[in-house]
Formats: sequence, structure tokens, C-alpha cells
Amino acid sequence: MKLRKERRSIFGTVFLALLLILFAVFMALPVVYMLSSSLKPPEEFFLFPPPIFPKSPTFDNFKDLGYSLSNAWIPFERYLFNSILLSVSSTLLYVAIASMAAYPLAKHQFPGKAAMNSVITLALMFTAAVLALPQYMILSLLGWIDTYLAILAPTLAGTMGVFLCVQFLETIPNSVLESGRMDGASEFRVWWSIVLPNIKPALFTMIIFQFQGAWNATGGGLIYTEALKTLPAAMTQIASAGIARAGVGSASAFILMIPPVLVLILSQSNVFETMAHSGIKD
Amino acid sequence: MAIKNEHSLGRRIRKSAVSYAMMAPFMLFFFVFIVLPVLSAIVLSFTDFNMLQSPHVVWFANYQRLFTADSVFLTALKNTLILAIICGPAGYLFAFLMAWLINEMPRKLRVLLTVIFYAPSVSGNVYFIWTYLFSGDSYGIVNGWLMELGLIQSPILWMTNPQYNLTIIIVIQLWLSLGVSFLSFIAGLQGIDKSQYEAGAIDGVKNRFQELWYITVPNMKSMLLFGAVMQIAGVFGIGDITTALGGGFNSVNYSTLTILNHIQDYGSVRYEMGYACCIAVILFIMIVLTKKLIFRLLKW
Repeated sequence: MKLRKERRSIFGTVFLALLLILFAVFMALPVVYMLSSSLKPPEEFFLFPPPIFPKSPTFDNFKDLGYSLSNAWIPFERYLFNSILLSVSSTLLYVAIASMAAYPLAKHQFPGKAAMNSVITLALMFTAAVLALPQYMILSLLGWIDTYLAILAPTLAGTMGVFLCVQFLETIPNSVLESGRMDGASEFRVWWSIVLPNIKPALFTMIIFQFQGAWNATGGGLIYTEALKTLPAAMTQIASAGIARAGVGSASAFILMIPPVLVLILSQSNVFETMAHSGIKD
Repeated sequence: MAIKNEHSLGRRIRKSAVSYAMMAPFMLFFFVFIVLPVLSAIVLSFTDFNMLQSPHVVWFANYQRLFTADSVFLTALKNTLILAIICGPAGYLFAFLMAWLINEMPRKLRVLLTVIFYAPSVSGNVYFIWTYLFSGDSYGIVNGWLMELGLIQSPILWMTNPQYNLTIIIVIQLWLSLGVSFLSFIAGLQGIDKSQYEAGAIDGVKNRFQELWYITVPNMKSMLLFGAVMQIAGVFGIGDITTALGGGFNSVNYSTLTILNHIQDYGSVRYEMGYACCIAVILFIMIVLTKKLIFRLLKW
């Protein structure tokens, strides 16, 4: 570690940090503006010149949202429960089945391996825009329309996480896995106790992708029962577009961003923690 | 694990039962909800399916119409290519550069910076905020302040004027480019064996840029490949932002219409599902060929 440190000037780090801060401002400004809009009373959207920050900040937009939600036919907690149930189960199930599929796809030799890997990559390139209709027909044949499964099942079919895991596994030397096999461990055992700990950065990255995908799923056209709808679906109904509702729209976007950002913080602290003291040696 | 060639296929399949069993749960969902729908979309592209009457096979009529009788498709193709050529490589390099820079920072800063950079991508539609920034009246932030500073006399219709709207879409797309590939690069950087850098130092790597070029990049190859596939599929599939901000298939002179918007137009507005599927198949072929070309050029 000493050798590495010597080649890194403090000046260089400071310069790169300044560069990063510059980009961070560009990235953060629209999000900051969203936050400030959510605190603006409606009349401030019609001031000239338009204020970037609210002149008299208020929580009215959040109260308005809360009022609409609490007086709705279905209690707010129910939408929240649906969303959390769906995103958490989708994330846990997908990370399990995707990482378990990725291990043989990356490290085993079996007939059809190359074909399966290329089908998985090809699937990423077919636009989802025309898949909704066939998916609807399949879900309807299965009798899953208007149930949680209609949202959950399609989220478990994505190939991005599998592809990510396969690519990450390619960087893990075979010798690391071989050492587990020597001890007579089964392949499931190898997957669980050797593969998973070694691909933690990929797993936590997959968690955030999957959680945010499932969280943002509105189930439009698949769910009719109000009590089964998700929070984003309910929020969109309340905060529909238009400048007069810009404040409420921003407030709802802000609230919807909280859970995925929390998962992001959690997963990134793990991504940066785990491998810092990993013992991979080829 | 090496399997000898003299084994018959049947025997090799039986020997690999564990591998198949481990893939089975995912493959089941993948087959039912992706492979089957993709295959039906391809089949539908050879029909005149309109979601009301039962489909008739029309063979290549949709494809013929697309290439010979649909001038709007050419506009969509042009816009998609402009977006892909500008945002594809730029967004990819930006994502890698930012991931690398963040990794050079002290550990406490890394999580914070990653969260700030990824936040725009975290929620499905935060980009709607740009509609308020570029709103066409004087209450829009950009118009309001340009007028206040005396740079323009009257508000500019940013999102409707074909002179500006595609450029704004490009800016927003670049803003969104710290997405999937960015996070996977960060994960990839964590996966590099730290002893490689020690070895590099002994071998005479002098500064962090040499370290980046000689150690980091070669060790991240498989993640760079993942990012490239996602980036190519991503830029050719741009369409949700154009719908939200520029109008997509409702835009003036189709100035921000992308191929995806064209598919949405036929698929969910005109209900010409057969034709929509045909455009989707062509888009798929374009993405596959682009990926092949780029990977060949980069010798991956």
C-alpha cells in the first residue's frame, strides 16, 4: 500500500476532487430545483423572474398530497404496503435466482452454454415497448391479471442482472472457486459460500437496479383493484401534470425518490466496504 | 470441470444436471415473460394484427411499407442516430470517467458522490423537472433568467422549437447517462485485486494515469463490455424522455421523434400492432449490428 500512496500527490487528489464537485453541481441542480419546487406555494410558480428557491417555503404541497391520500377511498398505508411488499420480494427473489443462474453461465461447462449466454445478451436489445401485449396475454392465460403476480413475475425475467453477474464472475479467478470444490462442497454450497461473497459489489449493484425497477413499476393495465395498486400508481393519479400542480408533483416525486435513494445509500456503502479487504489472489 | 470430447452429448447433458438445475428458476421466468413475448412480437411483425380483428399473415408487407412508404420513420431514424452517435460514446466515457474519479477519492466521500451522481437515474421520471426548467413561457427558469439578464426579449419555446428541442434532449440524456453503466463500473472497480496495483508499482507504473491505463482498464474489461452493451441498447431505446419533454410522436415536424416513439405511436395509439412489431424488429437488428460493429472495432 505504501508504494501506491507515494505516487499519489495531494495536489492531484484536490484537483480531481474540484473537478468532481463541478460535475456534482451539474448533476444535482435539477434535483435541488425539484426539492425547492416542492416547497413553493402555487403563486410562486407565476413570479417573474422565476425564483430558484422558494421565497416563503411551505409544506402545503406535502399537506395537499397527504390530504388527498388520506381522504382517498384506499388508505395511503395500503399503497405503501403494496409497493414495499412488491419491491422487496422482487429484489430478494431476483438476486437469488439471477446469481444462481449466473454462476453456471460463467463458470461451468455444459452443452448450450454459449447459446444461452448470447440469448441473454440479445434479450437486452429487444425493446420492451412491444412486449407488453404478449406479456398481458400470458399473464391473462395464467389468470394472474389483477393480482400481485402480474407486477412481480415479469420483474423476475429481466436479463440485466444475470448479465452483470456473469460479467463480474469472469473477473473472479477459477482458483478461488476450485479451493471450495476440493473440500467436497456441492455446487449449491460453492455458489452460496464462495461465489456470493466474492461478487458482493455486483450483488449490491443488482439490488439497487432491481429495487428501483420494481419500485417504479406502476402495473398500469395489469391491476384494476384499487387496493392492489402501488404508491407510484396512486401518486400519478393525484399529482397529474400541469404548472398549477407543479408543487404537488414535485412533492410526490420527492417522496417517491426516498426509498430507492435509501437502498442506493445502503447498497453503495456495502459496495465500497466489502472488497476493500478482499483476499482474492490468483 | 473439464469435460472430455469423447463423451456423447446425452451424457454431457446428464453430467451437467446441476448446472441446468441452478439456472432453471430464472430460465423459467425468462422464457415465459421475455422469450415467448419476443418470439410472438417477431411473428406478429409478419401480420396485420390491429388488436381488434384476428391477425392475417401479410409476410413482408409491413417491412416493405416501413422502408418504402413511411417517410416519418426516416425522421425517427435520423433523430435516433443523432442521439445515439452523440450520447452513446459521450455518456459512456462520462460514466467511466466519473466512476474512476470517485474511486480515487477518500472512501467517505465515495458513497456521497455516488448517491449525488446516480440520484437523477434512481427514480423513473425525475427528468420531468426539466420541463419546468425549459418551460416555454417566461415562468420557466431558463427563459425567466435569460430575459431578466436581457439576453433575450421574449420567451423561447424550447421544447416546441425544432431549432432547440433535440439539443435539449441531448443535454438531458447526458445528464441521465450516469446510470446503469456508471454503477456497474463502480462495482467493477471494487472487484479489481488490490495486489495488482502493488505489482504495477514494482513494475514501474509512475502515476495514476498509467495505473488507469495499464492496470485498471485491462482488469475491468468484462465490466466495460457490460456497460457498452447497456449503453448501446440504452441510446437506441431513447424515447421516454422525448415523450415527456419534446412531445415524441406529437412533436413539431417530428423533431424529437425517435424510433421508440414511432413504435409507441403505432403500438399504443393507432393499434397497428403488426406494424409496431415490425419497427421493433428492425430496431433490434440495428442494435445487434451496432454492437457487433463496435465490438469488432474495439477487438473485444
